[in-house]
Amino acid sequence: MKHHLILRVVSKLLIPFILLFALYVQFHGDYGPGGGFQAGVLFASAFILYALIFGVDNAREVLPSKALRFLVPVGLIIYALTGFAGIVMGGKFLDYDVLAQDPQHGQHLGILVIEFGVGTTVAAVMVTIFYAYAGRTRDVDDEDW
Amino acid sequence: MLDAILAHYNYWLIIILMMIGLYIVISRGNLVKKIVGLNIFQTSVFLLYITLAKVTGGTAPILTGKPEIFSNPLPHVLILTAIVVGIATTALGFALVVRIRESYGSIEEDDILAAERAEEEIAVKEALS
Amino acid sequence: MGAEMITIVNIVLLTMLCFSAVAIMLLRHLFAVAALTGAFSLLSAGLLVALDAVDVAFTEAAVGGGISTVLMLGTLALTQRREHRPPRFSLPALLVVIATGGALIYATSDMPAYGDPNAPALQHVVPVYIEGSRNDIGVPNIVTSILASYRGYDTLGEVAVIFTAGIGVMFLLGRRREDEDDEGMVRHGPGNDPESSEPEETAS
Repeated sequence: MKHHLILRVVSKLLIPFILLFALYVQFHGDYGPGGGFQAGVLFASAFILYALIFGVDNAREVLPSKALRFLVPVGLIIYALTGFAGIVMGGKFLDYDVLAQDPQHGQHLGILVIEFGVGTTVAAVMVTIFYAYAGRTRDVDDEDW
Repeated sequence: MLDAILAHYNYWLIIILMMIGLYIVISRGNLVKKIVGLNIFQTSVFLLYITLAKVTGGTAPILTGKPEIFSNPLPHVLILTAIVVGIATTALGFALVVRIRESYGSIEEDDILAAERAEEEIAVKEALS
Repeated sequence: MGAEMITIVNIVLLTMLCFSAVAIMLLRHLFAVAALTGAFSLLSAGLLVALDAVDVAFTEAAVGGGISTVLMLGTLALTQRREHRPPRFSLPALLVVIATGGALIYATSDMPAYGDPNAPALQHVVPVYIEGSRNDIGVPNIVTSILASYRGYDTLGEVAVIFTAGIGVMFLLGRRREDEDDEGMVRHGPGNDPESSEPEETAS
């Protein structure tokens, strides 16, 4: 896609802000609307926008499929391990009270960590799904639609 | 009478929406259309849950330090996760549609069934001869 | 915003949702259907804000308006852009829909009134969660504290479902086309596009 000048310039400007907003939503989810699910989807949509405008091959250089294959299970493992950490430190499964010196700190820490796990898995799965579709598509001309 | 309507109009409109989705799923042969119909049905179920959570005079369930009435946050949690799970399963459905098209050359139900029958007849003939 | 205003907003948005659903049903150009699905998601996100579910509206706007439209366009690029059969009226489908819808609308008479602060769903665990979120957890967003802490098991399961769906798509579409040609899976080559051979396509 060589000729979409406006799209290329605007998306280049927008993508850093989308990524930053995703991080804000991820780590500000305790205080305002947001959390791992929304942040994951937003993070993935920035990469999808990049892939749509600059081509999937360029996007694969930024975020290779191998890295995604690693990230998809990692988020789930972070979540599950946080649960087991509660058991190891003397509580129950997914009991965050024991993770820090006092229960409220523990809850904050636990929520932050598992939201990070959720965000990682959701973002990686969404980009993986997009790559799977885009990897099969023959080059589509603008005139085809 | 007006009270009864005002108490339930949301449910009724959502059920109408739900039934439009169900009608698309049953009556349309195109597999992409069927999945879109399922999505409409799914969205209307989400809206039904969120409608149940609404409290008159309530606000979004975020603590601000002031004493406030909150809408029920529990359905919000259930539906929030259901939306993301819904898109993941929809993607799986579309992936199946793509594979069906690659195998049968069509995503219309009639064509797929016709191709299946033709293949079965050939298999029966081969078995008889 | 007053309660009457919210009522009007709800009715208008729900009516627009119903109209776009009917339009999706009648349209045969699947590209237009994809665009309308995006609009449908945006409308429902607006309705969710009016119903106080800001977190859900956020998710719906990002997922429905963004990812699902892109996925649907990707599917259309890999399959076909038009529905080949004209929309036909189906009496059995209509009967099923009327029977189901009638039963559901009959059942709503037992439901608590819209916005009822004494609804049973509000009495059981929800006050505990709201107080706990304020005092025990100290997280202002009650939705987050329920999602991550009170209902942590639930969310773990949901993440596992998303993980499984991602793996499923990887297995179904991850391999390239060429691998399948060798196995004889593809009966119709990519050049055999049914759209080009349809005589009715040129008419419409």
